[in-house]
Amino acid sequence: MIDRRLSAPPDMAAVLPAPSTLPVSSVLSIKGPISQFLEWFGDLGIFFWQVVRAAVTPPFEFRELFRQLDEIGSKSLPLVALAGAATGIVLSMEARYSLTRFGAKSLLPAAIVFSIIHETGPIITGLVVSGRVGAGIGAELASMKVTEQIDAIEASAVNPYRLLAATRILACILMLPLLTLAADLSGLVMGWVAQAVVEPLSFHQFINSGFKGADFSDFLPPTFKTMVFGLIIGLIACFQGMRTQGGAAGVGRAATSSVVLSSLFVILADVVLVKLILIFFP
Amino acid sequence: METIDQIAMKQGEAEEVGSAAVIAVEGLRKSFGTQRVLNGISLSVKRGETLAVLGRSGTGKSVLLRLIIGLEKPDSGSVRIHGQDIAGLALDQMGEIRKKMGFLFQHAALYDSLTVEQNVAFPLQHHKKEMSKSERDDRVRGLLAEVGMEGNLAKMPSDISGGMQKRVGLARALALEPDILLLDEPTAGLDPISSAEIDDLVLKLQQEHHMASIVVTHDLHSAKAIADRLALLNEGDVVIQGNFEELQNSDIEFVREFLKHS
Repeated sequence: MIDRRLSAPPDMAAVLPAPSTLPVSSVLSIKGPISQFLEWFGDLGIFFWQVVRAAVTPPFEFRELFRQLDEIGSKSLPLVALAGAATGIVLSMEARYSLTRFGAKSLLPAAIVFSIIHETGPIITGLVVSGRVGAGIGAELASMKVTEQIDAIEASAVNPYRLLAATRILACILMLPLLTLAADLSGLVMGWVAQAVVEPLSFHQFINSGFKGADFSDFLPPTFKTMVFGLIIGLIACFQGMRTQGGAAGVGRAATSSVVLSSLFVILADVVLVKLILIFFP
Repeated sequence: METIDQIAMKQGEAEEVGSAAVIAVEGLRKSFGTQRVLNGISLSVKRGETLAVLGRSGTGKSVLLRLIIGLEKPDSGSVRIHGQDIAGLALDQMGEIRKKMGFLFQHAALYDSLTVEQNVAFPLQHHKKEMSKSERDDRVRGLLAEVGMEGNLAKMPSDISGGMQKRVGLARALALEPDILLLDEPTAGLDPISSAEIDDLVLKLQQEHHMASIVVTHDLHSAKAIADRLALLNEGDVVIQGNFEELQNSDIEFVREFLKHS
């Protein structure tokens, strides 16, 4: 960075503003993070391309894929179901309070059902999985990277993008909609329980009333949009893990950044996907 | 992009024209940021020959091995394996060449979620799919017996000592019957008895399998025991190449200094 006061005559030095107030220094100070972000994005794109290329060419790593489906799917199920249940209860209590206030209590089942299947179930699932699975994948791959295990895989003539990244990303993509169904179901059941505790209502009545006027376009697009969340979580966690440097501290950084970045991008993607769903499934 | 068959054809052609060097490194340069690690080094290894690469810590010995197996890309220069330049090969094409190479990492780099047996079986599971489970189990047990680890099949890498981990790493490196063996500090961090055992093991394997081997070490005694030739690196350059007597008789000050302190 050039300090103009250094080359100016002594009497001019006092007149010229300090470097920190110059527009050029402001530009330079924001150039660093921007170029770093663009570089990160470029590297992520290259990583994604390498994973896609590895995933579509044989040999396919079915054994590892099934292991990851279990690891990411089955083992996330209790947490996702619990989060869905808690959300269902909170929604039921909040919606009851609001709708009663505005004299629309009869809409309560529909409000709970639509809220859960449209948005709350998918986004809660995305965030819970990005926390549990994102951190797990990020830390596991980072640990393998710093202990040269990924190099050892490559030295054994096995493509690590295929074995480690493609299987985990695909498992995330496939399991997110199923986990969303679990979150939706537990949310609906507990939403009904919270409702039935206050005012007796059968589950049959709750569901009939809640799904009245709903069709598959209310249910399928929000559920399948979580495949994009799965792609984001798997891709970012694998990328952050496999590019780690710097021992135990690097492993910690990879786990943290996997969770933070995947959660952030899940929320940002949700904004875009909700808009697209509203356009294509009005 | 070249297909794997084309690569194999080129390998065959290179061997036919009489290129005796299984590994040929020429003018290899590598920098990390502003730090120049290798400064245009050249060396070659023939079938059945063991070259020990010696030098002080941080002189690029391990980087040289990583360049040879393609885990790093050189800034310039070439690495030829069986006459085939590995520059620009895609990961799967490089994989075909790596099937003929065994690599022992400095810290063994065993897969910590797999048992000793599974670690050695890993390359076989991926590349010898025609093998039945019983054939594979026999092969794994044979390899572990060869390195004296037959009694530790079910143990996890964290449950065995550093020397044992290196033995398992060696068994894994030999699983695909490579004709090139790259060993990165095989005796580093081991007690003198374990070091001597590893040296004996490497020598025995070398005599039985007739591989072209490069052993990176800073242990002169180990190098003298297992290598046919030695290459001494300093500041990214090969200072001298030859047998142990040639090193002993050298007038180069760095060589004399290195031998004096070894």
